[in-house]
Amino acid sequence: MGLDIRLPIGMLFTIFGIMLIGFGVFSNPALYVQSLGINVNLNWGIVLLIFGAIMLFLGARAMFFTPHSPETPNAEGREPRR
Amino acid sequence: MGLTTIDWVIMAVYFAFVLGIGAALKRYMKTSADFFLAGRSIPAWVCGLAFISANLGAQEVIGMGASGAKYGILTSHFYWIGAIPAMVFVGIFMMPFYYGSRARSVPEYLRLRFDEKTRGLNAVSFAIMTIFSSGISMYAMAKLIQTLHFLDAPFRALGLPQAWIFHTGIIVSALVVLTYIYLGGLTSAIYNEVLQFFLIVAGFIPLVWLGLKNVGGWQGLKTTLGPSYVHSWVGMANPHTNRLGVEWFGLAMGLGFVLSFGYWCTDFLVVQRAMAANSMAAARRTPLIAAVPKMLFPFLVILPGLIAIALPTQAPPIINGPQGSAVSAPAGQGLIPAKLDATTGQPVCSTTTAMQLDYDLAVPNLLLHYFPTGILGLGLTALLASFMSGMAGNVTAFNTVWTHDIYEPYIHPGAGDAHYLMMGKMATIFGIALSVAGAYLATRFNNIMDMLQLVFAFVNAPLFATFLLGMFWKRATGHGAFIGLLSGTCAAAVHHGLTLSEGAIPGIKGGWLAVIHNYPSEMAQNFWTAIYAWTTCFVVTILVSLVTKAPEESRLVGLVYSMTERPSEGHLSWYKRPIYLGAMILAATVLLNLVFR
Repeated sequence: MGLDIRLPIGMLFTIFGIMLIGFGVFSNPALYVQSLGINVNLNWGIVLLIFGAIMLFLGARAMFFTPHSPETPNAEGREPRR
Repeated sequence: MGLTTIDWVIMAVYFAFVLGIGAALKRYMKTSADFFLAGRSIPAWVCGLAFISANLGAQEVIGMGASGAKYGILTSHFYWIGAIPAMVFVGIFMMPFYYGSRARSVPEYLRLRFDEKTRGLNAVSFAIMTIFSSGISMYAMAKLIQTLHFLDAPFRALGLPQAWIFHTGIIVSALVVLTYIYLGGLTSAIYNEVLQFFLIVAGFIPLVWLGLKNVGGWQGLKTTLGPSYVHSWVGMANPHTNRLGVEWFGLAMGLGFVLSFGYWCTDFLVVQRAMAANSMAAARRTPLIAAVPKMLFPFLVILPGLIAIALPTQAPPIINGPQGSAVSAPAGQGLIPAKLDATTGQPVCSTTTAMQLDYDLAVPNLLLHYFPTGILGLGLTALLASFMSGMAGNVTAFNTVWTHDIYEPYIHPGAGDAHYLMMGKMATIFGIALSVAGAYLATRFNNIMDMLQLVFAFVNAPLFATFLLGMFWKRATGHGAFIGLLSGTCAAAVHHGLTLSEGAIPGIKGGWLAVIHNYPSEMAQNFWTAIYAWTTCFVVTILVSLVTKAPEESRLVGLVYSMTERPSEGHLSWYKRPIYLGAMILAATVLLNLVFR
């Protein structure tokens, strides 16, 4: 199907990551008493951003550098039906 | 509870993406195969994640956390015994027939293998079931939104009555799911399920991490909760020495064999995800890929329950009191409040006068306890995502079965492809409308929902016997399958009517004919109901098949194991071959059982 799902996933998580990092940096540290003193927004934001970037990279690579994704039906032996 | 702008923005961004995916896929929906089967073009890993995500509905995320708090790590049996073996089996042994038979749905396979009446029976019962399941999912979501109170402040600000929060929850979720399925069909549902999968993982990992850090890790849970919570096999020899109230045989046969294989191997809701795969090998890998995260889910969805009950007893962020009244609830245990009666606001006590806990609030309370604003928005979005994925799975399964297995053969045969594509889109609309009706039915008559679920259990329990015989015994006949299914369902009903679990009152819980046996727990009763239903269906199908005319062998090619060529997979690299993947997954599952024995 024409759209590589990794692109929207990558975009969404990159946006979430940037938002949480930004909020984590500028938010009041008193907010993090309930999360055991850990700035979860900043920390988890970084993880989400890395994940998002990897997905974007994989999706973009498949879309722009290979005409077909590596797993086309013909590469797997059986002919696709209908 | 304090949601701030950032939480709302996170939710809004997520909904924009969900609808955007549907809109982006609209131009690819040209034929009915695009709409119902995603054009059979989806790569294996995407199908695999959609396969478990469709199952990762409300019952899973809220329910397994609740069971974790109630039964402890024994809840992992629902994964390691109650899912993984069946998922490996469907991938290795059954998928070649589903994918290779040209069937577009599970009921259609039954028509090809057996006959029209077996298909009709399965199609109609399945269609009704999906509607009500999606209605129940919708109801649970609206209820949770109400309980979490996060819409209270915006509704006050807008001057809207608080009673509308429930309606808003139902209408908005219905419209969102309707829009993305109407636009992008099964592809859209699958893509959104994958998105939802990652979101649920992203929302729950930090929760478990903070919780474990707080209670001192697994060792801390062990010391706080004691042995009955942290062992999954110790005490399984006798139903009275473990928290589930089931002995190992009932567990392994009832849950591990009949119920689990019945669900993962025959339920079109999940099988449809594998049928959308881009090749036979990808279809077979779908459930195997799904099994890997499924195996690890207990750490994500069960541990929050254990953490919630292990924390020092304190006033939980939310309690489920009667609407609008401020209740001073008695202390529960950990973060889990006492269960309050919906009308009186008094704690509910069971017959043994022990106070009952509102276990369903374990996960929501833990989320509110640890997550500050910001990541709280992510956590809530993950919860909403889980509800929508469960609903969307039911809706896509319904529109396919309705169009291919009810409308096309019985109502309007012989129309063109464009007509059936249009019908599929219409079925999405009225399927969701019926689900909304189901959700409101659940608010009015709680017992009707319990009764329906009971009837579904009776209908589902024998199904796997029919498929097992259909796929692996070429002598099985259509009459045999049909009569076998009906007698299996009757056996389930009769067994339920003759037995009762300890402390229950005859009625919806069983014993409505006469009580000739008492089970130590409701769960044991359910497992044994399934065992009786399966065995009856298995035996009756064989007996009736033997006295009816054998099916012509030429008709069974591609449908029965002994009549079908094995798919050749020698050219695939080892990590893509189902048999190796399956063996590795089973070995890892055994290992997990040993670690948490």
